Amino acid sequence: MKILVLVKQVPDSTTNIKILPDASDIDRGGVKMVVNPFDEFAIELAVQLREKRSDVETITALTVGPATAADALRTALAVGCDDAIHLQDDSFADLDELQIAGLIAAVVRDRGYDLILRGKQEIDLDSGQVGPALGEYLGLPHVGALVQVEIADDAGSLQARRRIEGADEVLDVRLPAVLTIEKGLVEMRYPSLPNLMKAKKKPVEVLSAGDVAGLAEATSAAGGTKMSELSPPPERPPGKVLSGDVAETVPKLLRLLREEAKVL
Amino acid sequence: MTNDVLIFAEQRSDQLNPVVLQCVTPARELAGKTGGQVVAVVIGSGIEATTQAVAGHVDRVLTISDARLEHYTATHYRTALRQAVEKIDPRFLLMPASFMGRDVSPRVAVACGAGLATDVVELTLGDDNALSARRPIYNGKAFGRVTFAADRLAIASIRGNAYATAEPGGAGATESLAFAPADGDDALRCSEVAKTGGEVLDVTEADIIVSGGRSLKSEENFQILYALAEKLGAAVGASRAACDAGYQPHSRQVGLTGKTVTPKLYIACGISGAIQHLAGMRGSKVIVAINTDPEAPMCKVADYVINDDLFNVVPALTEAC
Ligand SMILES: Cc1cc2nc3c(=O)[nH]c(=O)nc-3n(C[C@H](O)[C@H](O)[C@H](O)COP(=O)(O)OP(=O)(O)OC[C@H]3O[C@@H](n4cnc5c(N)ncnc54)[C@H](O)[C@@H]3O)c2cc1C
Repeated sequence: MKILVLVKQVPDSTTNIKILPDASDIDRGGVKMVVNPFDEFAIELAVQLREKRSDVETITALTVGPATAADALRTALAVGCDDAIHLQDDSFADLDELQIAGLIAAVVRDRGYDLILRGKQEIDLDSGQVGPALGEYLGLPHVGALVQVEIADDAGSLQARRRIEGADEVLDVRLPAVLTIEKGLVEMRYPSLPNLMKAKKKPVEVLSAGDVAGLAEATSAAGGTKMSELSPPPERPPGKVLSGDVAETVPKLLRLLREEAKVL
Repeated sequence: MTNDVLIFAEQRSDQLNPVVLQCVTPARELAGKTGGQVVAVVIGSGIEATTQAVAGHVDRVLTISDARLEHYTATHYRTALRQAVEKIDPRFLLMPASFMGRDVSPRVAVACGAGLATDVVELTLGDDNALSARRPIYNGKAFGRVTFAADRLAIASIRGNAYATAEPGGAGATESLAFAPADGDDALRCSEVAKTGGEVLDVTEADIIVSGGRSLKSEENFQILYALAEKLGAAVGASRAACDAGYQPHSRQVGLTGKTVTPKLYIACGISGAIQHLAGMRGSKVIVAINTDPEAPMCKVADYVINDDLFNVVPALTEAC
């Protein structure tokens, strides 16, 4: 079985987001970049599958991003991926999520992966489009927000449990397939320093726009949206602090919720 | 391409997702500007109640009913939605930003050569006729405007409670379309849908959420939140600290690595308001903070704040409402 794990480098979740004066993007200066937390679960799942099964041949990590995104690949390699693909070109920064999925599809289509894993969503753009879209481009089924997975011994199918509003769905899936991972399935092990050093020796294939056959078609079939006019979230008016003991605050709160906010 | 607005009228067990009727609001605005019609498509098996519920709000309803569509799967529903798009040839396709919407919309976008914006809070058709969508990014720490390419179908999934529910109106003439599955659709089969949390509402389904943090100190103490929730018809949520401590299952966790919710009312009981928790609930319409610490970040984002012991406030609140 050949496994591909898609990873994205994103600003750490505690980052204070500052917006550039022209509102075209966030100010990336000094921002700590980490592996998307949901992609960490995908990496760990791949590594655990290898530990449990004898038929996992290779685990490849793939990212689309600038030169600095190599750090994300190195983390994936340190945790147990064997090799990596880094799609790196200034022009890729202009692609939206669907176009990124098209680009990845063009690169991996003929590489014969049986299982493609990714986090259920990226914590930067928050859209979660790439996993399902890649499934569509490659003509493969996908299961989103996976919380449990059981792969058949012959690696021809799997059973997945996924979490939806108020219920779990159990799905029977034919391989090859794309899975996007929900929190709770696994936690990524810590990439130790020695392993981070060893990871430097693992092969990373760097591909630029010129190396991707059929790039123009792959990135023009769908998508093409543009993001602009970034702004901070709408200001919430300062809250009302209700003072007094419970005999005062509780009736006051209920009255405000009913009469002012009109939510009760 | 017509100027019509197609709405995916999501249902489960023949119950319409309430956000569908919220999608009708921007759909009418768009159709009003372009002179198109608002058309809903209902997909499933046994969908009479849903069809009726939506028909009174739109100009036309298209139904695609087939036993193979009884349970949602991304492949079958993508094919059905593509059929609807081919039939109506709309300029816009709107749907709830639910799990189903998130799951199926990227596939439909690729299958139909469309553009896609997810979790949209506002749609704008500019004077230049270009559609743009406002949506939260960076876990709600910023918003961005997504502008669609002019010459292709624009798909937007709409965040719950971003728009008001539309008043009834529209002829709602119904026609049906025979489902025609595509090759490979059966690579995905749903064999079971198991309710989680018993009869208790899920946080993503509720208009009101009563949420508790580490300070509840035990699973047993969460009962005071359940008592209040029952009075309010609310769901119970929790911080990650409370879930990690085992007081509540992770399915109730709100936040960056939990669920994102946008209820009308979010009552945070003893939750500090760490940035990762705010990521999951700052889009709520009204926020109440019950917290002994006036400096807690939750007290800074809340609309109403009671700086008092939750073990006094919550039972009193339950008593009073
Ligand atoms: C990558 C990452 C992802 C994360 N994802 C999430 C997530 O999805 N969801 C999430 O919630 N967290 C998440 N966290 C954790 C987050 O940073 C916080 O640790 C967590 O939210 C704190 O939970 P809490 O508010 O219950 O606890 P605390 O921060 O300990 O706050 C307890 C609060 O209760 C108040 N209090 C104490 N006693 C009382 C009382 N008797 N009455 C009233 N108030 C009282 C205190 O003043 C305090 O404000 C994540 C962290 C990381 C690094």
